[in-house]
Amino acid sequence: MKILIIEDEKELRETLVESLEKELYVVETAATYDSADEKISIYDYDCILLDIMLPDGSGLNLLTKLKELGKSENVIIISAKNSLEDKVSGLGLGADDYLTKPFHIAELNARIKAVFRRKNLKGTNSIQIGNIALDLDERLFKVDDNIIHLNRKEFDILKYFLLNKNRLVRKTVLAEHVWGDNIDEADNFDFIYYQLKNLRKKLLESKATITIESIYGVGYKLVEV
Amino acid sequence: MKLLNRSLAYLSLAFLLIIGVWSIVFYFNLKDEIRDSIDDGLDNNRILIINKIQSDSTLLFQQEFGGNNFKIRPLSKPSALQFTDIYKDTLMYRVNEDDLEPVRILHSAFEFRGRFYSLSVISSLVEEDDLVEDAFWSVVWLFVILIFTIAVVNNVVLRRVWNPFYDILNQLKAYRLSHENSTIDVSTNIKEFTELQKASNALIEHSKETYLSQKQFIENASHELQTPLAIIINKLELLLESDNLNNNDADVIAKVVGMAEKLSKLNKSLLLLAKIENKQFSKQELVCINSIAVEYKSNFQEFADFKEIQISIDESAKLEVKMDAFLAEMLVSNLIKNAMVHSTKGGTIHLRFTAEELIICNTASGVALNPKTMFNRFHKDAAKSDGTGLGLAICKVICESYGIDIGYNFSDNKHCFTVNFKNIVTGS
Repeated sequence: MKILIIEDEKELRETLVESLEKELYVVETAATYDSADEKISIYDYDCILLDIMLPDGSGLNLLTKLKELGKSENVIIISAKNSLEDKVSGLGLGADDYLTKPFHIAELNARIKAVFRRKNLKGTNSIQIGNIALDLDERLFKVDDNIIHLNRKEFDILKYFLLNKNRLVRKTVLAEHVWGDNIDEADNFDFIYYQLKNLRKKLLESKATITIESIYGVGYKLVEV
Repeated sequence: MKLLNRSLAYLSLAFLLIIGVWSIVFYFNLKDEIRDSIDDGLDNNRILIINKIQSDSTLLFQQEFGGNNFKIRPLSKPSALQFTDIYKDTLMYRVNEDDLEPVRILHSAFEFRGRFYSLSVISSLVEEDDLVEDAFWSVVWLFVILIFTIAVVNNVVLRRVWNPFYDILNQLKAYRLSHENSTIDVSTNIKEFTELQKASNALIEHSKETYLSQKQFIENASHELQTPLAIIINKLELLLESDNLNNNDADVIAKVVGMAEKLSKLNKSLLLLAKIENKQFSKQELVCINSIAVEYKSNFQEFADFKEIQISIDESAKLEVKMDAFLAEMLVSNLIKNAMVHSTKGGTIHLRFTAEELIICNTASGVALNPKTMFNRFHKDAAKSDGTGLGLAICKVICESYGIDIGYNFSDNKHCFTVNFKNIVTGS
């Protein structure tokens, strides 16, 4: 998988590169509109992370350019502007997703994988790791072809962990993804522990070959055993 | 008071004064003129009578007025020589009126063939009280007719003249900076109104520029702050993933990430407040408050279970309003979140809907909030320091921007917030 990061802020660009390389993607970068323009004209990418506000031009023009070139790259806009107009025009110009800065690495991972999944959809839309399968369309969780019942939130939690396999997912990030932005002031995230306890129990009882580890008490990581 | 009516009021006052003074002066002039002419008549009569006596001395025996307008009485010489002509107003009995009526009388004296006589000549006078009454009513009628005429002229003619002014006023009232309105355009050739139009358009232009630059600033501020925050958060998240951290280091890093996230949230909330105040959420959609509440209830369910809080919704009425859907969600979710955070463990949250109101009550820990400061920005309960302290401020600003009422009361150890959507409620 080849990803192009178009972002003018050097530190952010490097952080994204480091994180995406952990996912074993091939990552290239462009810091300016011109270099990005050059790269998308010459090469093909599986996914482009696009900052709209570039020093020498608007990222939205690159979207138009991609369309003109007849390329159907997956584009995720990463913008500091939480502006509805930009979101609407960006998605209207063919972007697949819109992420507002600052975002969490886990969230970006999940979005990129969702975009790939949409693009490379072959047969069923499901995530398979080890002996488990998560059917995203039917919202079913199977271990060795046995259906394990999960409630809505447990399903969302597991899905998020599967999209961030082997990566640290912090409690706050998980809460924000599963319960929405509005949970932010819920005075602490201890309640997540109880949700996870149930999920872990179900994984253990069904002899799934995945497990959710606690990391330094700040978050969790899903790993294969 | 309308301009038309005010000018009418001033005119009435001025007319009352002018006509009043004028009628008094006019009355006295008229009276003097009448007296003068009557006195001249009396003097003329006196001469005629004295001349007539030369040819007809029987007139000397006319000692009472009777049917005539004079009487003659003999007079002693000394008093006759001291006599000067006197004109006087007096009262005399009139048969036809059966009353005493005012008359003008001239007392005079003359000599005829060596003997002296006094002569009194009378002439009837205008009845003064009648005159005053007649004059008064004429003046009142004059006043009424004048005011009526001016009122009619004001309302018909001036209103038409003022039409462009009201047009400009209505366009100004309907003007919203956040909308793509054109400038004010009213066709008029009256100089004052074209000036007003020009000034209004200049003001609009200026406000628009300010509004746009402020909007720009908000977006730039957001951009400039969010990118460094994104870098801090993402770098620390990567750092947390490294294997050779000890638990204490990880804990510190997690706390720093938490603070950076809080900073980012604070930034977002402040930008949100500014955007609401700038009226940048101006979509008018049909929003069902009930469904939002139901959705957030299920969203907060796990958290509520953890805190052992019972959430109940009494949907006896459907509350549908016309407002921006995002702001409606913000309002309801902030209120529910606020209730959730400030409920005691094992407490209850109760949401009740009427056709106009949303009432949300939660179990308190025994102390009422201060209604004066609770909606202030960064006002926080000392015991709960995790929030940004902007939740209720956002609710208040949203309510203010729609002119709807948000109230608080404390009774029965319950915090109750009541939002009255009366102004924007749709349907019956």
